[in-house]
Amino acid sequence: MKKFGIILNGLVNENPTFVLMLGMCPTLATTTSAINGLGMGAATMFVLICSNLVISLLKNLIPDNVRIPSFIVVIATFVTLLEMIMKAYVPSLYESLGLFIPLIVVNCIVLGRAESFASKNNPFDSMLDGLGIGLGFTLALTLLGMVRELLGAGTFFGMTVFPDRYGALIFVLAPGAFITLAYLLAIINKIRKVS
Amino acid sequence: MKKLQSSLTNMVLSLGIIAIAAAALLAWMNRMTEEPIRLAELAKQESAIKEVSPDFTNSPVAEEILTRSADGEAAACYPARNNGRLVGVAVKTVSHNGFNGDIELMVGFTPEGSIYNYSVLKQGETPGLGTRMVDWFKTDKNRQSIVGRAPARDNMTVSKDGGDVDAITSATISSRAFLDAVNRAYSVFQQVSAQIGDAPAAAPEAAPADTTGVVTNN
Repeated sequence: MKKFGIILNGLVNENPTFVLMLGMCPTLATTTSAINGLGMGAATMFVLICSNLVISLLKNLIPDNVRIPSFIVVIATFVTLLEMIMKAYVPSLYESLGLFIPLIVVNCIVLGRAESFASKNNPFDSMLDGLGIGLGFTLALTLLGMVRELLGAGTFFGMTVFPDRYGALIFVLAPGAFITLAYLLAIINKIRKVS
Repeated sequence: MKKLQSSLTNMVLSLGIIAIAAAALLAWMNRMTEEPIRLAELAKQESAIKEVSPDFTNSPVAEEILTRSADGEAAACYPARNNGRLVGVAVKTVSHNGFNGDIELMVGFTPEGSIYNYSVLKQGETPGLGTRMVDWFKTDKNRQSIVGRAPARDNMTVSKDGGDVDAITSATISSRAFLDAVNRAYSVFQQVSAQIGDAPAAAPEAAPADTTGVVTNN
């Protein structure tokens, strides 16, 4: 049950977006549609799992004074791998996420988990932590993207729900990201207080 | 195993080894994905040409003609032939006047020089406003469609600038940039159509209006 707890921790108690409020830049910028949010979340999850695993395996070989550069090299390697794979096999998703894929390197969630979890725990637990945090991030981004897409363009994962002339354009634009995030946070905090 | 001390040798060694391993892994992956990336780009280009040309049987990408427009922008032309007969020319051009970055278009012309169809390859316009260019100029409503127009005959600028095309509602700058690219595509088409053969019937003294840098009035 402890293993399951690690995943749940990332998903609920330490949800990177709704609780830790980390990685706001990709959160706000890429969630113009549900599928973009899902893609960005999945990409970050891949990097989190891989980098957590490798850093946990290497933790005793990395002297303390060079740990940050070492972590960054590991993370950047996985991000570049991911970038090449996406370019080759899902070019359309790569294009819509654009600049934000290479920017996963400097996503503070990834480095944060490497520093606070992977460098102190065994490889398997670190992988689970990466999975949990990654799922939490994906869930948050997909939710945000779903709300913005529905209110802004009248579609749900690309399927038309109502004609887009009734959509409020602001939700697809930058201000809508802040508004939606604020309301989602308020709702989630309310639920957490009650339970 | 005990954690390594932060001595100079240890630091240099561990960081060096990590960097070398990362470089090796990336080099290998680069080799692995080189071919699929090239194929994906080719497929994207081909599907854009397919969208803007009548049915063709040749490989337009193989007959690619790289050229420059009169004002020095790189452009590419893809002749589409059906059983040897020229049925259309797809021209890839760019406009730098976009609201947010360059706009890249693939414009298809019939051999006679009228627009068959277009496809937006790259744009960074405001979502919900400028992005509507993707299908706005194909929609047959009022004077907003450019499909079937001949830039030699029609004034391909937005109606606000005295042209014959209705701009996208509340996205005039994006519309101007779009038409800028279309006009550039037409001038490139005129340059190369002689090379391709089956030159279009020359429209005397009706040079296409050049909308470059027209974002001054308003």
